[in-house]
Amino acid sequence: MRETRLLRLLAGLTLAACLSPATAGDGRTPRPAIDKARAGTQCVAEPAVMRREHPQMLKHQRDDTVHGGIRGAKASLKACIDCHASPTSGSVAQTDKDFCASCHAYAAVRIDCFECHSTKPQRVAVKP
Amino acid sequence: MSAPVPPTDEERRASGEPVAATTRRRWLGAAAAAGASGLALAPGVRLIESARAAAPQGAAGAGANPKVRWGLLIDTTKCASGCTDCVDACNAENGLDPRPTPTSAQWMRKVEIKEIKTGRKSSVPMLCQHCAEPPCVDVCPTGASFKRVDGIVLVDRHICIGCRYCMMACPYKARSFVHETLTEQKPDVPRGKGCVESCTLCVHRIDQGQTTTACQDACTRAGHGAIVFGDLNDPQSEIAQRVRQAASVQLRADLKIDPGVRYQGL
Repeated sequence: MRETRLLRLLAGLTLAACLSPATAGDGRTPRPAIDKARAGTQCVAEPAVMRREHPQMLKHQRDDTVHGGIRGAKASLKACIDCHASPTSGSVAQTDKDFCASCHAYAAVRIDCFECHSTKPQRVAVKP
Repeated sequence: MSAPVPPTDEERRASGEPVAATTRRRWLGAAAAAGASGLALAPGVRLIESARAAAPQGAAGAGANPKVRWGLLIDTTKCASGCTDCVDACNAENGLDPRPTPTSAQWMRKVEIKEIKTGRKSSVPMLCQHCAEPPCVDVCPTGASFKRVDGIVLVDRHICIGCRYCMMACPYKARSFVHETLTEQKPDVPRGKGCVESCTLCVHRIDQGQTTTACQDACTRAGHGAIVFGDLNDPQSEIAQRVRQAASVQLRADLKIDPGVRYQGL
């Protein structure tokens, strides 16, 4: 438990460091390129909260959705993808510059969400 | 001198002290904790179920309704031999391989059966039977295989370790294992390598308030109308009226696992 907390703290600090303009510099690792969300949309929480808490929010929601059938709740991976899919690739994790992939590559946190979940919003995916 | 012994509830009651309030409070606290962790308060009574029953149902996003038992009625006398519209629709709806190989996942398949003595042939769509007592759930070592309160049997891919015990346990061969890395999944139907999967009764549609499955739509569109989806618990629903009027069977009813899929004309 203590280790988990420490890891979370470290991850949070790394993320905060990498996102603060004060540390901008030419490191070996390309800084995350964070595209703006789709225009006219409002995130479910402040960016600082989202950066730190989004894994917990999604992990909690996934159980409600899969087991309880509750869809359309506040935290939803589909809703993240709807707003944050890249305008160029149409995806959140297809290329290194896409929303989820760029930051996770920088923070060296490997996620396996997209081994099963589609990285594209519904309207793009249904196109032939 | 002996240590003072705290009075028992009976002694407190005799002296007029309030005892009921404290014990009731203690019991409620324990009950709330038990309910929150999904434990039974009494046999068959759980807080989570009474809370869900009290919540408004039927609307999209309300969650699975414990009063509902989703099921299918398949009329094999209307099912055309060689027609695979339901299978194709299932594959398209759920993002399965449109041209399946022997190792592709298969949620629905057509089985042609023949009674040897009479030579009578039937064409039967086979899929997860959404049992009330699912053997796949019994054997799952991680709890990934589960039954929703509305009777839909699912695999939680977040928990599935791909051991395939459930595939062995299923008497209907309804489940498939995903052997290879997948791409281009449907946003509503996440699927991936290393997990077992099967028919979900189009749970993503049902949760959004739709009342049909992809296979039923395809069968109706093809003019056969052999598949009816609905709530077996609702006496007014088409499926409940049909099973009340005409003879239908559950496959391997001898196993007493009470499938939610029933067949007519077998």
